[in-house]
Amino acid sequence: MGKILVIAEQRDGKLKKSTFELLGLATQSAPAQSANETYAVLLGDGVSGLTKELEQYGATSIYLIQDASLKFYSAESYTLGVLEAIKQASPDIVLASHSPTGRDFMPKIAASLGVGLASDCTQAQISGVNLKVRRPVYAGKATVEVEFLGQGPRLATIRPNAIGAPKPISAQTAKVIPISIQFTGLNTKVIEIVKGNSARPDVAEAPVVVSGGRSLKSAENFKIIEELADVLGAAVGASRAAVDAGYRAHRDQVGQTGKVVSPVLYIACGISGAIQHLAGMRTSKCIVAINTDPEAPIFQVADYGVIGDLFAVVPLLKEELKKIKEH
Amino acid sequence: MNIYVCIKQVPDTETKIKLKPDFTWIDTSGIKWVMSPFDEYAVEEALRVKEKNAGSTVIVVSAGPTRVIECIRTALAMGADSGIHIEIPETADNNMTAKALANAMAKKETASVDLVFTGKEAIDDGSAQVSQLLAGFLGLPYVSVVLNVEYGAQSVKCKREIEGGAYEIVETALPAIIATQKGINEPRYATLPNIMKAKKKEIKTYKTSDLGISEGDQKIKFKNFELPPPKQAGKKVSGDPAAQAKELARLLHEEAKVI
Repeated sequence: MGKILVIAEQRDGKLKKSTFELLGLATQSAPAQSANETYAVLLGDGVSGLTKELEQYGATSIYLIQDASLKFYSAESYTLGVLEAIKQASPDIVLASHSPTGRDFMPKIAASLGVGLASDCTQAQISGVNLKVRRPVYAGKATVEVEFLGQGPRLATIRPNAIGAPKPISAQTAKVIPISIQFTGLNTKVIEIVKGNSARPDVAEAPVVVSGGRSLKSAENFKIIEELADVLGAAVGASRAAVDAGYRAHRDQVGQTGKVVSPVLYIACGISGAIQHLAGMRTSKCIVAINTDPEAPIFQVADYGVIGDLFAVVPLLKEELKKIKEH
Repeated sequence: MNIYVCIKQVPDTETKIKLKPDFTWIDTSGIKWVMSPFDEYAVEEALRVKEKNAGSTVIVVSAGPTRVIECIRTALAMGADSGIHIEIPETADNNMTAKALANAMAKKETASVDLVFTGKEAIDDGSAQVSQLLAGFLGLPYVSVVLNVEYGAQSVKCKREIEGGAYEIVETALPAIIATQKGINEPRYATLPNIMKAKKKEIKTYKTSDLGISEGDQKIKFKNFELPPPKQAGKKVSGDPAAQAKELARLLHEEAKVI
């Protein structure tokens, strides 16, 4: 039986789906044997209402750290809080999401504990106190298993959407353990959060991504990509060529020097499929490519290929998908 | 002001990755090595700070086999003043690398640390750990994935990219470690005269034993390398655009069941 600590992540008072994925990983392993002890730590300001959901997804003990200074995430305050939870739980395994938050503070936790961290894992298995993980390298051109050396808890960040979300499990009850910490003398402070002006989901988190390449020819023409994305509730992505041409901001770039994504559905419009772009999206569950060039490398990874002009096909596809959605 | 930049040499993004026959590492033969793209932004940012602060020095540090000296020369040709090469095996993990970088900066004979830049991650292992680990070893604050910096006398204000197209404005005391994201600046090209000048700039070399690094500093190890399974050829959807759109929508709905 292993002790697992899941670091819950919330923003604006809502738990991230990736937190449930981590709880699923912690609770579902080795179902035949006695269950793991699953701890969660939740940090924020006025977030005690979220413990119920953590309980429903399998947390048996929940450390609750609330403070006005935790209204915004900051690496220093989260590090202090998580280290205290680790001290109290003395877990064998600590899991966080490889999100902009988790990837920021987890290496600091590793440094503080003097242990190793396997980051951005896309496969994970827990048996007893052992954590077996694989992760991509070279943006997914290869994968490796990570071996932990030495003593101490095993730390990992897990890529969102990679391991699947569980259903809420039982009517069990969790013990909520408040921890109070003095957050003083910090060097770093988040002064404000500037919201994005888009209602669209983030390309790294969205279950559906519609991407455009340089064939779009202008920033304005991305409108047809956006319209298709909106029908699907999808994020808009872009190739490096489209970003370098100024059609799209870098935060939308998919590929080795942008975001590596793994959505359920990836629709590549007018993207030829440079090796560094393929590296960033080839693990998507279903890939659609729309391109005029039948020789384009993108067709080698596409489940469905449409050889045709995106300016003709994409608006029609939008209408067809709208009909299906409305049924 | 002493500005350090930590850089890593990585395979070019167009590299087709091959594995060693025993799957313990990649086959590095024939690889074109380049500076990790995010580190180019770090070098550029350091040079811009130097240009605004007379008397500043930019020191480039890189850990790896002898080949990484080339990468240090590239940064020197962009305008950095001197380099430090740490001889370390390419299989060293983030922890060992970060500790070696930190210990090199903390050595008595090297300049004291006023500001450190790194790329937000290296595009080979993509771990995005070194800037934070470095912060841990040097006891300094850090800000990662930074798109803009406003420099003050004792502190900096950083625009940090988070999810959903949003940003955090993070203020941190100096000295600090800043990990740069694409978009922060446009890295300069090295001019021929600067490439010539770079050949004469000093590069110090340290062995891990000079820096108090031992085997125990390696905390994780990569093993059992695998290439992704080749994908089965997909279905081609034919017909005029209207027929293609209709059939594709049907396939996504009924066959792939993703809509």
